Amino acid sequence: MAEGEWNIITGNHAAALAAKLARVNVVAAYPITPQTTVVEYLASFIESGYMNAEYIRVESEHSAMAAVIGAAAAGARTFTATSSQGLVYMSEVLHWAAGSRAPVGMAVINRALGPPWNIHVDHQDSMSQRDTGWMQIYVSSNQEVLDTILMMYKVAEHPDVMLPFMVCLDAFVLSHTFMPVNVPRQEDVDEFLPPFRPAWILDPSDPISFGSLVLPDEEYQEMRWSIDLSMKKALEVIEDVAEEFHEKFGRYHGAAIMKYRMSDAEYVILTSATLASEAEVAVDMMRDEGISVGLLKLRSFRPFPHRDIKESLQGRKGVVVIDRSISFSSGGPIGTEVRSSLYDVSGAPPVVDYISGLGGRDLTYNDVIAMFKDAVGRIAAGRVRKPYYWYKLKPEYQRIELAEEVII
Amino acid sequence: MSLTIHDLRKRSSSYLPGSAACPGCGATIAFRIASRVLGPNTVYVIPACCSSIIQSPYPRSAFSAPVLNFAFAAAAAAASGVYRAYKFQGRDVNVVVWAGDGGTVDIGIQALSGAAERGEDIIYICYDNEAYMNTGIQRSGATPRGAVTKTTPTGKREMPKDMPMIVAAHGVPYVATASVGYPFDLANKLEKAKKIRGFKYIHILSPCPPGWDFPVEKTVELGKLAVDTYFWPLYEIENGKLRITIKPRRRPIKDFLAMQGRFVSLKDEDIEELEKRIMEKWNFLLQLEGLERIF
Amino acid sequence: MGFEVPIVIPVSKPRKGSSGETGLWRVERPVINESKCIKCWLCWLYCPEEVISEGENGFPVIDLSYCKGCGVCADVCPAKAIEMVREYG
Repeated sequence: MAEGEWNIITGNHAAALAAKLARVNVVAAYPITPQTTVVEYLASFIESGYMNAEYIRVESEHSAMAAVIGAAAAGARTFTATSSQGLVYMSEVLHWAAGSRAPVGMAVINRALGPPWNIHVDHQDSMSQRDTGWMQIYVSSNQEVLDTILMMYKVAEHPDVMLPFMVCLDAFVLSHTFMPVNVPRQEDVDEFLPPFRPAWILDPSDPISFGSLVLPDEEYQEMRWSIDLSMKKALEVIEDVAEEFHEKFGRYHGAAIMKYRMSDAEYVILTSATLASEAEVAVDMMRDEGISVGLLKLRSFRPFPHRDIKESLQGRKGVVVIDRSISFSSGGPIGTEVRSSLYDVSGAPPVVDYISGLGGRDLTYNDVIAMFKDAVGRIAAGRVRKPYYWYKLKPEYQRIELAEEVII
Repeated sequence: MSLTIHDLRKRSSSYLPGSAACPGCGATIAFRIASRVLGPNTVYVIPACCSSIIQSPYPRSAFSAPVLNFAFAAAAAAASGVYRAYKFQGRDVNVVVWAGDGGTVDIGIQALSGAAERGEDIIYICYDNEAYMNTGIQRSGATPRGAVTKTTPTGKREMPKDMPMIVAAHGVPYVATASVGYPFDLANKLEKAKKIRGFKYIHILSPCPPGWDFPVEKTVELGKLAVDTYFWPLYEIENGKLRITIKPRRRPIKDFLAMQGRFVSLKDEDIEELEKRIMEKWNFLLQLEGLERIF
Repeated sequence: MGFEVPIVIPVSKPRKGSSGETGLWRVERPVINESKCIKCWLCWLYCPEEVISEGENGFPVIDLSYCKGCGVCADVCPAKAIEMVREYG
């Protein structure tokens, strides 16, 4: 692997390289499939001297997050990585990181939750943590993994933001798949990413007590409001940083969203992560058939880009959302929030939300096409009868799912 | 090189009067002495415990040293992170966990064990009031057998965990027990720990007037009586070598128990059994003293 | 977006009397009898509230603004030089 050149590497390798290039000072490492190679690469980088950082081999993910928050409190730029059970185990401390305004960086290898054990991709893990105050960016290629982690350090450490971020990459599809990645040179990243300047710090020369009791009439609510405001401001910063990155490194992956063949599209497929890559192929194939369709790839789920969604979807004939997670009885997180965002928009299109691909159930461009055509058919016939539909269940279950009697 | 009262009087503590602590609080006595020895170049990581509240509500703090208040289970992990950040920066700062018994022997034990095994260069101080006092007196793994708490209304059945020995079993360079009734012993142990590199653990008995049910002025007396009845032996384990640091002339355990309402449910046969256990533990420690290395 | 983005954080600053004038909690107040005091400073050592200091005349003096009246000083004094006196009103 050489900096400044094209390398054929896995998503996990790309994530580890990003941490090195971002000059993180402290890494907390706890293994979980399929994140393990991220921390293994980091260990070998550090032990070989390629990377200079403290490496804490913690005894659990909860402690991994606690350790990086502690390190950030002492002024360090930090990184960790996890997946699935590990992410939900550290849930308490995820809230703590955001409340501490610690711009911790984390790679989340999206993996299904148990029981039962399943090491394959779905987004239930990170989606279930959407209220923690963490920024969440879903990526579709190993290049995007590396580039996005670098960009998000700049976003997270912006003085108006100061919030932690997770870059989410699909289990095995990105984490363990080799793709060409242009690895930037350290000196170029140094020019792009300045040193970390924390919002507050533990320093014996200026003692403060962080996080003690705040009573209801004091500023607790304002502290929460501040996180919300910073998250919204982050949308602007994400755009600015993406522009800057484009100028410096010549690559652009979109900002909060990435539009593909949308300008004249009557219908829009809206999805994220590697499904968006499949959807790109599906769009091309359907365009060849003369269907007027485009893709809205949702990169930033948190902060949620209300304005981009409203502007991009207003006036369309239909939106087909594909969610790779479920908020039981409510719907797909993306579909639900898109629909909510469009509620007040005049000329808001019908939104059909599909839940699929859970537990690594394979979805290809053919599946995207099938869901799209199903949705368009329903819209035309006035048969969008449920807020969300599960897709590609085994036939005996799919039959039940589609029976019109099963309506909430 | 034992610290004297004049040595201690020359140093300032990190405790500011007018805190939210109960009158007669054993934990604040411990903190005053500990912070005095540790000095101002110290950062405290404090999980949920009485000390979280003793600091007083935002925006004021009763502690004049930097404090990172943290989630209950994770003080030792957060402290590991703080220490490693300073290490990366090449800064020499005492990183100290100041935790109650709940956040040490129960919910905090995993993070503590991990930090000890990794040999993080921090001092972990557990001030032990022998129950979850901050939440209103519920039993913890450190609560002694027979003690009445809100979750053991007829007295705890189980013996407490021997946390100092558990930590010592990790092979760390320094473990010690202490009591607010023997402040110079505590001060000397902390002074020694400060100078050792690696993971250090001090477990301080901190009597609690409301939790143990005794008159508020008796805190120090009880802290001393606990040691004098061999209920709370004072020892240190340095590089695996155990040494009992105070060997008082023993007083009967009932002297200690009788002063506290929490032991009111103990019957004579329970007290006898307890005395037997205490002597067994003391003899065990005496035997360990004879070994070059116990862990 | 032309608005200010404050980062509102729970940072507390060290202050004496962080929970107010805790001397108001008292039911009894310690009174030092200087003729009995041997200046061993054990009262200072054990005071849970750190309200004992050296007065101008070299004897211990208690900051009654914050003294919570626990009586530990009176209990530990080897010369029995401290008496706990009931507060009135």
